[in-house]
Amino acid sequence: MNQAITRAIADEMEQDPRVIVFGEDVAVAEGPFKTSEGLLATFGPLRVRDTPISETGFLGAAVGAAMTGLRPVTEIMFIEFMGVAFDQVVTEAALMHYLSGGRFEVPMVIRASVGSGLGFGCQHSQTLERWMLGTPGLKLAVASGARSAYGLTRAAIRDNNPVVILEPRSLYGEREDVDPGEQSIIELGTAEILREGADVTVLTLGQTVRVGLEAAESASWSGEVMDLRSLMPWDKKAVIDSVRRTGHLVIVEENQYTGGWGTEIASHVMAKAFSDLQAPVLRITAPDVPVPYGLALEQRFLPSPEYVTEQVAALLATKTAPEPWWEEFA
Amino acid sequence: MSQPDAKNDPVQRRLELSSNPVSRLERMMEIRLVEDRIQDLFAQGLVSGTTHTSQGQEAVAIALASATRPTDVVCCTYRGHGVALALGIKPESVLGEVLGRQIGCMGGLGGSMHLSDPDIGLLPTFAIVGAGTPVAVGAALQFATNQTDGVAVSVFGDGATNIGGFHEGLNLAAVWNLPAIFLCENNLYGEYSPIATTTAVTDITKRALAYDMAAETVDGQDVDAVLATIERAVDRARSGAGPTLIEAKTYRYVGHSRSDKATYRPEGELEQWLARDPIELFAAKLVANGELTEEGVQTIRQHQHDLIDVAAQTALASPPGSIPQMFAHVLAP
Repeated sequence: MNQAITRAIADEMEQDPRVIVFGEDVAVAEGPFKTSEGLLATFGPLRVRDTPISETGFLGAAVGAAMTGLRPVTEIMFIEFMGVAFDQVVTEAALMHYLSGGRFEVPMVIRASVGSGLGFGCQHSQTLERWMLGTPGLKLAVASGARSAYGLTRAAIRDNNPVVILEPRSLYGEREDVDPGEQSIIELGTAEILREGADVTVLTLGQTVRVGLEAAESASWSGEVMDLRSLMPWDKKAVIDSVRRTGHLVIVEENQYTGGWGTEIASHVMAKAFSDLQAPVLRITAPDVPVPYGLALEQRFLPSPEYVTEQVAALLATKTAPEPWWEEFA
Repeated sequence: MSQPDAKNDPVQRRLELSSNPVSRLERMMEIRLVEDRIQDLFAQGLVSGTTHTSQGQEAVAIALASATRPTDVVCCTYRGHGVALALGIKPESVLGEVLGRQIGCMGGLGGSMHLSDPDIGLLPTFAIVGAGTPVAVGAALQFATNQTDGVAVSVFGDGATNIGGFHEGLNLAAVWNLPAIFLCENNLYGEYSPIATTTAVTDITKRALAYDMAAETVDGQDVDAVLATIERAVDRARSGAGPTLIEAKTYRYVGHSRSDKATYRPEGELEQWLARDPIELFAAKLVANGELTEEGVQTIRQHQHDLIDVAAQTALASPPGSIPQMFAHVLAP
């Protein structure tokens, strides 16, 4: 996936001289996750820069550069580091277009690695979509592999709004065929059905896409597995259409239960497709605790394919939402 | 449960350092050996994730622990094994934490980047660059408010001095005249980047001018020099004379983190620093002073090796963190 991200940035830089790249160790070291290999050599130090460890400074600089004619692509090494610079994202970047009556645009991209599974501990393992969800003026997308990373990154760079792209860091080394070119650009706000099925819509995002797919492969039920891909905006039509076909919606989230992105989807589907649902919407999430460090506990924290298989089977059998595994501890 | 061995108690381990130069040498060797062992555990695939070790920077950690009391407060970074061990956390607790075992100082829930023990004043080490500096200012505010003579120390790298929170913290400590010490381990690299490419001043003490704060630069490889410098800052803080910024010029022999091979270093730089290894310098000094013999140094070295072998076995024998522990301390009662 890291090669696909690099290629997406390079393809846009080729076509548009306004696209510049900066972040911590993205130039000389070519990215802590190797997502900018060769960019400095190809495009030179005017367009590819290393920054100090100064997230407020360089995200703010991206806002200013974007408002005055460049198209910065910035990297936040771990999504948690955005906390240092949150004002620049949700209060500055997101609101400049509105505050100028539409006269300024902020065409910038913030790429950030997210997620658990690598043993990085609770300050380097969160997904944190919730930090940005519901911020008018921002777009937000989540990659689930090389193909979606390529398509979403190119779309984000072309977008005239600030776009945050979250990249599950456990997937950087994962391989998937990508067909580079215009045809592979993915429109922000569109979901994709990765596996068709009749019994239940399994809605996934980021790292849970492979969890949902793996669960559906070995299950007794027939699951329609969908990669939501974008959270702001999100593909309401695709989700509702699928739920109308299957009559069941299961949302698999990497985040904790409270305030997860699935609450937004569940609420909307309940409002718009209540009569099509044959059972309550089921959200399968992590428990409301920080991400634990030890490998066994971290793996337990994340919804596993086996757990998803069981939970979905219980939902279909009883038409009620089963209790989560962590209910006894909560 | 057996009673904790009093000699091996973290507070006791801390107090040994202030009274005895030989124990400082022992502890420096301990830190080096524990961090080498951590790297071995990763290489053997016994730990996932990442770790940030500090080989070459041991003198700063030992001087800090020798100059302060267990009742003082330290806010350290994710490169914190050395400071944690120096302040008193036992090797098996550090190794166990890195391994995610119950014997770890966080019960295996924190990991390499999050070491802590309130008994010796170590707040959970901070994994976000610069985050610990304002927190240390808050601990200093507590000492000032309660009119006790405690001192709060923020330990950080040169890279952290480019974060806004660092500057806000120093300014607050200065305008409130707090008993704080800002201890910079300037190891010449912020993650993968040489200091001059990211930092407008390569002498970090120049930053203190902007806050009208006392500042001292010291050879970070000379444990006695760092100790004397920190002691002066501690005296200033305890006597109400306000905060100090200390810059210890030092070097990490390894990359930023486990995955960093440090290929960005100019040829010969590592060798120059290895020639001034803080442990070897201090051992040679103790021999020259007649406090130890060459044989005595070798005996200590071998003894530390054996102790760390035992500590690693103890850590590996401890069970992994348990599921109920995951839910135990999310909110205070």
